[in-house]
Amino acid sequence: MGFLGETFLAILPGVPTTLVLMALSVAAGFVLAVLFALARLSGLPVIAPAVRLYVFVFRGTPLAIQMFLIYFGLAQFPEVRASALWPYLREPFWCAVLALTLNTAAYGSEIVRGGILSVPRGEVEAARAAGMSGGLLLRRIVGPIALRNALPAYGNELILMVKATSLASMVTLLEVTGLAARIISTTYRVFETFAVAAVIYLAINGALAWLVARAERRLSPERSGAARTGPDLGLAR
Amino acid sequence: MSGVAAVAVRGLVKRFGALEVLRRVSLAAEEGEVIGILGASGSGKSTLLRCINGLDHADEGEVIVGGETIAMRPCRGGGRVPAERRQLDRIRASLGFVFQGFNLWSHRTVLENVIEAPIHVQHRPRAEVVAEAEALLEKVGIAEKRNHYPAHLSGGQQQRAAIARALAMRPRVLLFDEPTSALDPELVGEVLRVIRSLAEEGRTMLLVTHEMGFAREVSDRIVFLHQGRIECEGAPQALFADPPSERFRAFIARWREERRLRGEL
Repeated sequence: MGFLGETFLAILPGVPTTLVLMALSVAAGFVLAVLFALARLSGLPVIAPAVRLYVFVFRGTPLAIQMFLIYFGLAQFPEVRASALWPYLREPFWCAVLALTLNTAAYGSEIVRGGILSVPRGEVEAARAAGMSGGLLLRRIVGPIALRNALPAYGNELILMVKATSLASMVTLLEVTGLAARIISTTYRVFETFAVAAVIYLAINGALAWLVARAERRLSPERSGAARTGPDLGLAR
Repeated sequence: MSGVAAVAVRGLVKRFGALEVLRRVSLAAEEGEVIGILGASGSGKSTLLRCINGLDHADEGEVIVGGETIAMRPCRGGGRVPAERRQLDRIRASLGFVFQGFNLWSHRTVLENVIEAPIHVQHRPRAEVVAEAEALLEKVGIAEKRNHYPAHLSGGQQQRAAIARALAMRPRVLLFDEPTSALDPELVGEVLRVIRSLAEEGRTMLLVTHEMGFAREVSDRIVFLHQGRIECEGAPQALFADPPSERFRAFIARWREERRLRGEL
């Protein structure tokens, strides 16, 4: 096996770390994004402006610095070291997850907010006129329509998140980029090694883009051109 | 329950800022009555309908559906809001609303649009609801489009689907808010035919429309609104033959003139 093959096999163990970093932060980040978007749209005093400030701060500062602040910075406070969260905050893995989560929650909340704002007013009125409100209205009408409108932008965010996990290597984590850097420190073959890492990211994002496109077709079947009709509910004569 | 109006409003006042859109409107529809509501744009007829099912909230007065008054409470910054969400949701489910712009849910097929609220708001058994929905789609003439998405239907088909959606709730009263105003002229007829058949079934309906000729034919009573007030009302034949109000006389004269210009008379 040549150098490229060996490098590929050596970096492969980093893939699960990359994927788990991404999956955890995207899952938690999405939940936060929805809550933040709803909080902001609620227009409630204190809460809505607080979310605005949060988005401003996390969108306006580099993710690398957020990660450094959480991993290297927080440890300098005795209160943090004494807190119940310390077992997590001293682990580079959880610090990276936290930084990625808070970051994608900020971007995601704006995407979700845009999706909710794009729901046609008339369709919401029709739901209200049919007696829907609150959670039912959100779950059956506003949520699904907002989701399918937001999906293209959210797919973009997911791909950015896969790439953002590479920053976790800067807080000592051995994911794909971290392993590549370690290999380079012993082999000095910078170009080949990073090229292999790049191909791995490309493959992950290729799969992700395919999944997002599939979800888009499922959520918006009438826009894909081919399918003009939806599922037959089976009770037609 | 005889003697109780299917739906009634008393002393309804609605302001948008300084503009008073409704000025003490009182109106009651008996069970089975079809009321045609006419008026120039800006006369408050759509707002009246929207206040009845709570899409707009009247600043004063009462909305009474089947003898039950919708509870309102004052809100911060003036105006009123419904006091009990649940009561409003329950009452709304008994009022079928048909919009000018159809407002079908774009992410659901025609059949899914029709069965959505009966299943999720009224919690009726799915099989029963689907069977009834199929029959309703048959009735409005778009059964073959049941699995299509609204985006692939013509305006007339969408409006007929929206009427089926309203009927699926087994509403006590149907509220039509200019149901043909957004349609291309050649599609108006198919929707009016459906509305006419509903009127003939003896359903209680409030019909806001610009289709004066149609309103005159299907209504038991015509109400003419002018600047937020009921200017005159009465049986259509009498009202059109001998308008009790100069404004209504001018209104129908303008309509007849327009029809003449379009060569319809």
